[in-house]
Amino acid sequence: MAEHDAVKILDLKGLPCPMPVVKISQQIGTVAVGQVIEVHTTDPGSLADFPAWAKSSGHQIVESRQEPGLIRIFVKRLK
Amino acid sequence: MAVDVESQLRELREKVEALRPGPEPKISMIVFSGELDRLLAAMIIATGAVAMGMQAVLFFTFWGTAALRDPGRKASGKDLMGRMFGRMLPKGRNQLKLSKMHMAGMGTAMLKDLMRKKNAPSLDQLFAIAAELGVQVKVCEMSMDLMGFKREEMIDYPSLEYCGVATFLAEARESQIQMFI
Repeated sequence: MAEHDAVKILDLKGLPCPMPVVKISQQIGTVAVGQVIEVHTTDPGSLADFPAWAKSSGHQIVESRQEPGLIRIFVKRLK
Repeated sequence: MAVDVESQLRELREKVEALRPGPEPKISMIVFSGELDRLLAAMIIATGAVAMGMQAVLFFTFWGTAALRDPGRKASGKDLMGRMFGRMLPKGRNQLKLSKMHMAGMGTAMLKDLMRKKNAPSLDQLFAIAAELGVQVKVCEMSMDLMGFKREEMIDYPSLEYCGVATFLAEARESQIQMFI
């Protein structure tokens, strides 16, 4: 089973700023409220930017994790 | 003397209404510089703002207006000064130079190459994303007139609007963030 019950993986590897937040803002509406998207990114700025985006747009970062060569961010749609 | 409480109340209500921010937070930017690095910054902030759930309005003025020219279009009926400005100023966003380290074109070419290698979005891509996200672009009519630019030589962009300072100020006063780039 997917971590945090993620229903979708959004592959944003190789995309630098501002694309990660642009893409998540476009994709968050494709899952139901309460569901989680797992984001894969290689942009280190995303670790700060996703929480800022979530705070501003009213969604939740369930977990963000730096792995070797990959950052995983779990985003829950709240509204 | 009787005090007209009702009319005072109405007046107060109107004032409070005017102070209340619009339904969506907004950012207004003046894009004054016609330089590659500065326009990149403006476009990244604008697209980022919409991703954050804000409205973004860009006002292109002075040197910035040259970035909105379409290199594939020609305008007729220009006077001598208009033709001179037209020739000396960049014909569209892909001819913009860096504000620093342009180095006769070498620096700008190197930065563009670096951006490609790092997969950073180009101005073309950023304009396409901005259009898709609904970033509003407004152009200063007076700058166009000064530089001799005609509407028929400008790019196609949804909601492109020609305006003056009042339009900017009306947007800026109901924006929480205002920038001059």
